[in-house]
Amino acid sequence: MRVNINVNGQNVTADDVWAGESLLYVLRERLGLPGSKNACEQGECGSCTVYLDDVTVCSCMVAAGQAEGRSVRTVEGLAQGAGKGGDRPLNSVQQAFLDAGAVQCGFCTPGLLVQTDDLLDRTVGAGLPAPTDPEIREALAGNLCRCTGYEKILDAVRLAADRLADTDNAGSNA
Amino acid sequence: MRFLSPSTLQEALEAKAEHPGAVPITGGTDVMVELNFDKRRPDLLLDLTRVAELGRWEADGEGRTRLGAAVPYSRIIAELPALAPGLAKASRTVASPQIRNRGTVGGNLGGASPAGDALPPLLATDALVELASVRGTRTVRARDYFLSFRTTARRDDELITAVVLPAPAGPQHFAKIGTRNAMVIAVTSFALALDTRGRTVGTGIGSAGPTPLRAEAAEDFLAGEIDWDSPAPLPEAAVRRFGELVAAAARPIDDQRGSAAYRRHALSVMARRTLTWSITDYRKEAACA
Ligand SMILES: Cc1cc2nc3c(=O)[nH]c(=O)nc-3n(C[C@H](O)[C@H](O)[C@H](O)COP(=O)(O)OP(=O)(O)OC[C@H]3O[C@@H](n4cnc5c(N)ncnc54)[C@H](O)[C@@H]3O)c2cc1C
Ligand code: FES
Ligand code: FES
Repeated sequence: MRVNINVNGQNVTADDVWAGESLLYVLRERLGLPGSKNACEQGECGSCTVYLDDVTVCSCMVAAGQAEGRSVRTVEGLAQGAGKGGDRPLNSVQQAFLDAGAVQCGFCTPGLLVQTDDLLDRTVGAGLPAPTDPEIREALAGNLCRCTGYEKILDAVRLAADRLADTDNAGSNA
Repeated sequence: MRFLSPSTLQEALEAKAEHPGAVPITGGTDVMVELNFDKRRPDLLLDLTRVAELGRWEADGEGRTRLGAAVPYSRIIAELPALAPGLAKASRTVASPQIRNRGTVGGNLGGASPAGDALPPLLATDALVELASVRGTRTVRARDYFLSFRTTARRDDELITAVVLPAPAGPQHFAKIGTRNAMVIAVTSFALALDTRGRTVGTGIGSAGPTPLRAEAAEDFLAGEIDWDSPAPLPEAAVRRFGELVAAAARPIDDQRGSAAYRRHALSVMARRTLTWSITDYRKEAACA
């Protein structure tokens, strides 16, 4: 079957999609977007996390046909502006993960970036206080990392939250 | 395999009548695992996420809440903590945020796993399950819905359209045992609901039998122990007895998540805890009234 999705702001079409295929497979294998990772295909690890409309989901748990006509934002859609991959400026969450040393093998990173982006969007981004440590842990409970031990990831989320709060303040003062 | 994505309930029911073997898919958090791992190859997947009325909830004017089968857990947590406190508490313990954004009570009832976290609160509150087909709509008490291991009162041509939750008339609590706070299928779980108007007690036991279970002897015992006119802390012996009766109602097995003996023990502890929380809440409410 044919599936039409708005991915990262562009309308795209995938052809010859099998009815039982996951959105993750379509993104990676048919649309050339390998940022979302496949580590478990059973909803356990969160490395395939994407926005579906406005909420984050495990794309391995969404049937491709369920995404028909909807909008999806993947890790590739977080970086701002035009250009390809590494040419584009990273968003605050991505930059904070690099600066805090929260990336080792990197397999969990795309999912963590999207899930953190959502957490900060709903907190500092909405004019609310930065998330507390328990709130960060709760939000990231479905994202597994086998390398970092999570401490640097928590550092990165706090750093991104601080920076976003600063820009928001600067913005509203200006 | 074919994929159908009806946009009205009528179309969905007609498709289910025509293809009774079609597998409904809502949040997909059970179905996609089976598809990804080649455990299931249905001829037809019936997507229910475009049927608007399944994705809504409404209050019915008499305090009851009709919760569409496709409302995800994250919305139950955000929108129904007052109208469905037991179910909202249980929803909070399901999986992770990403799964709670997709997973639904309709899917939990459809799969009918004895470990489904939404199910004990439905038993404890005497909720109704609404089943629809081209032949019409009927409701079945959640207490009569589970027949045997993963077998339910739903007929092949029927879809689960909603659950109807009675107006809460007292404290409702949920407790779950697992190896961590998030992302665990329950080793065992327990839901308790006090109906202070009807002066009855409701219970639900998860993951300790072939189906979610009630502890009826424990319910009757506790209804007789509570002083409904002026609620007071219960004597320790009564609290312990309630725990024993809940544990005795379970029919657990030994499996990779826990032994039968551990499950019974954990149930008696959760029964005592949820009872203590409930009596504390009840006394607070009574003091304010
Ligand atoms: C990583 C992970 C963790 C999980 N953790 C938990 C947990 O902690 N607690 C828990 O209870 N569950 C858990 N689950 C299981 C699952 O998320 C729940 O059972 C959820 O409620 C399923 O809802 P769904 O909408 O995703 O169902 P789906 O996968 O869409 O469907 C599940 C079943 O119900 C049927 N069905 C769906 N909708 C209907 C309908 N309207 N009418 C008739 N049949 C229907 C389907 O055909 C299928 O058989 C977990 C799953 C994953 C992947
Ligand atoms: S690949 Fe989707 S959650 Fe692990
Ligand atoms: S950095 Fe390797 S899994 Fe997280």
